[in-house]
Amino acid sequence: MKILVGYKRVVDYNVRIQVKPDGSGVVTDGVKLSANPFDDIALEEALRLREKGVAEEVIVVGIGPANLTAHLRNGLAMGANRAIHVTTEDAVQPLTAARVFLKLIEKEQPGLVILGKQAIDDDANQTGQMLAALWDRPQATFAGKVEIADGKATVTREVDAGLEVIEAELPAVITTDLRLNEPRFIKLPDIMKAKSKPIDLIEFGSLGVEAHDHLKTTHYAAPAKRSKGVMVKDAAELVAALKQKGLL
Amino acid sequence: MSKILVIAEHLGGKLNASTARAVSAAAAVKGEAIDVLVLSDAPDAVAAEAAKIEGVNRVLTVTRPENAHPLAAMLAPQIAKAADGYSHVFAPSTTFGKDVAPRVAALLGVAQVSDVMSVEAAHTFKRPIYAGNAIITVEADANHTVVATIRTASWSAAASGTNTAPVEALAIDVPLPTHTRFVELNQGSSDRPDLQSASKVVSGGRGVGSKENFDIIYKFADKIGAAVGASRAAVDAGYCPNEMQVGQTGKIIAPELYMAIGISGAIQHLTGIKDAGTIVAINKDGEAPIFEVADFGLVGDLFKIIPELEAALG
Ligand SMILES: Cc1cc2nc3c(=O)[nH]c(=O)nc-3n(C[C@H](O)[C@H](O)[C@H](O)COP(=O)(O)OP(=O)(O)OC[C@H]3O[C@@H](n4cnc5c(N)ncnc54)[C@H](O)[C@@H]3O)c2cc1C
Ligand SMILES: Cc1cc2nc3c(=O)[nH]c(=O)nc-3n(C[C@H](O)[C@H](O)[C@H](O)COP(=O)(O)OP(=O)(O)OC[C@H]3O[C@@H](n4cnc5c(N)ncnc54)[C@H](O)[C@@H]3O)c2cc1C
Repeated sequence: MKILVGYKRVVDYNVRIQVKPDGSGVVTDGVKLSANPFDDIALEEALRLREKGVAEEVIVVGIGPANLTAHLRNGLAMGANRAIHVTTEDAVQPLTAARVFLKLIEKEQPGLVILGKQAIDDDANQTGQMLAALWDRPQATFAGKVEIADGKATVTREVDAGLEVIEAELPAVITTDLRLNEPRFIKLPDIMKAKSKPIDLIEFGSLGVEAHDHLKTTHYAAPAKRSKGVMVKDAAELVAALKQKGLL
Repeated sequence: MSKILVIAEHLGGKLNASTARAVSAAAAVKGEAIDVLVLSDAPDAVAAEAAKIEGVNRVLTVTRPENAHPLAAMLAPQIAKAADGYSHVFAPSTTFGKDVAPRVAALLGVAQVSDVMSVEAAHTFKRPIYAGNAIITVEADANHTVVATIRTASWSAAASGTNTAPVEALAIDVPLPTHTRFVELNQGSSDRPDLQSASKVVSGGRGVGSKENFDIIYKFADKIGAAVGASRAAVDAGYCPNEMQVGQTGKIIAPELYMAIGISGAIQHLTGIKDAGTIVAINKDGEAPIFEVADFGLVGDLFKIIPELEAALG
């Protein structure tokens, strides 16, 4: 079985992003970029399934500009067998990303597609669900535990009410939550080895995917700031203050 | 004119409070009608509750055995069919809504607006990106159905009680897949208030130190009638279950009072509490970033301060 993994590059989670003063976007020049944390988890899960003998091949997929190569090399250094880079200079919205994945699925026939539950830049939390709909296959979102046996995935999902377990026949789409696993660190020799692993370049335009943007972002703003309050000296003063506000 | 279909979230025969919040967002569209769709194997009790929500015109029910559990693969084709004739489909931005709404959007071939914070006009919305560090204004194409999830912390629940909207059964005979099956739901059983709708929340972080120590948080919360939350670090360390996590990748909440105890205040955590009325921080490190957003800060050891708080409460 092959596993396709979404491997998106985003602004690093430690960066405190700034909105441009004219509201035209956020400052991304010179900002540290990293793999989307949920995608590192997706890749780790795929690698573990390969190590268990459930899968033979793990393919990382990136959709983005030409300079994505170094990022995809990291995915290869972590252990993916090969990478597919769908090249486009335009930002892709989740529905377009899902349509791209569907094209790749038609070509690669994977048994499993693992994506992050959300990318931490746009925080859309959509691509996996959209892909599952277009592909007409099961979705197991927010996965905290995955077991594959007898042609099906048994997935424990982190939902608001607790932990939900569902069974999904393969092929299926899984999206990862934070506690699924802890991604491994890349070791120096792996970086060397990754240099010889293949990256297929596919021109976005050649896939025949319609990229219509139903959503237009017209303005960016900084969030309303909470002002710093007061420091109280002890528990009694805190209780008094909260009682005065009618909160206790 | 706009017609809005709100997808009801429910569990165990009870309507989830997030539904009335989504109705508030629907009301902000100022359309001609708001209908609530209840998909269930036994929708009557839930539909009766939904019919009481102010602003709801009709409650539509779809009764099928496949709807016994909220599986997106089952619900989405039915919602996509029911959406015919509506300009907007809204679902709460809870794990339920986040799971099902994009599947509906894709079936309709439209984009989705995630986490709507405000409705500026029928097709213009504000939503957060980068863990709430930027707020964007997005315009959806007016020629297509708008599918959106509603950031529940940004909306108060529409009032309930006086309305008596008619309840109508819908027959939706779309074929449903058999490839996805519900196995079980393990719920943390708790008599405490629900984290997402509680007016007071007490959260513990890594500073609490262990699962056993977390009892001090539960005990204090019970004393003031609060729900209990946690940071990711506390959940990861096994101090408490996942459904208690507050933040970017946990629950986004807006209680009147939020008390962060032994929590440093990472941006991913703060995203979850931006809309809280009053934030109280208790931390032994006076430099902890949580104090930058706290209305009341108290520096000290939580194991000393909590008993003192309890004593001061009498
Ligand atoms: C500041 C900013 C400006 C933007 N401006 C525009 C714009 O002008 N026009 C426009 O069309 N879009 C724009 N976008 C959208 C942007 O490109 C988003 O990344 C895109 O909408 C996908 O959303 P998401 O990654 O949050 O999806 P999610 O659904 O949150 O992603 C979930 C998962 O899908 C997979 N995935 C998604 N995208 C990719 C990818 N490219 N490569 C590999 N895997 C992927 C990953 O596994 C990811 O974890 C903008 C986004 C930001 C943050
Ligand atoms: C993609 C991503 C998503 C994330 N999503 C979330 C999320 O949804 N929610 C979330 O919370 N985090 C999230 N995080 C993690 C976040 O970055 C922080 O790591 C986490 O919030 C830290 O939790 P904490 O404050 O409990 O722990 P720490 O940062 O370790 O802070 C512990 C605090 O306790 C204090 N303390 C220790 N002992 C005592 C004592 N005896 N008395 C008083 N104070 C004491 C310390 O001074 C310290 O400030 C996410 C991270 C990533 C990368």
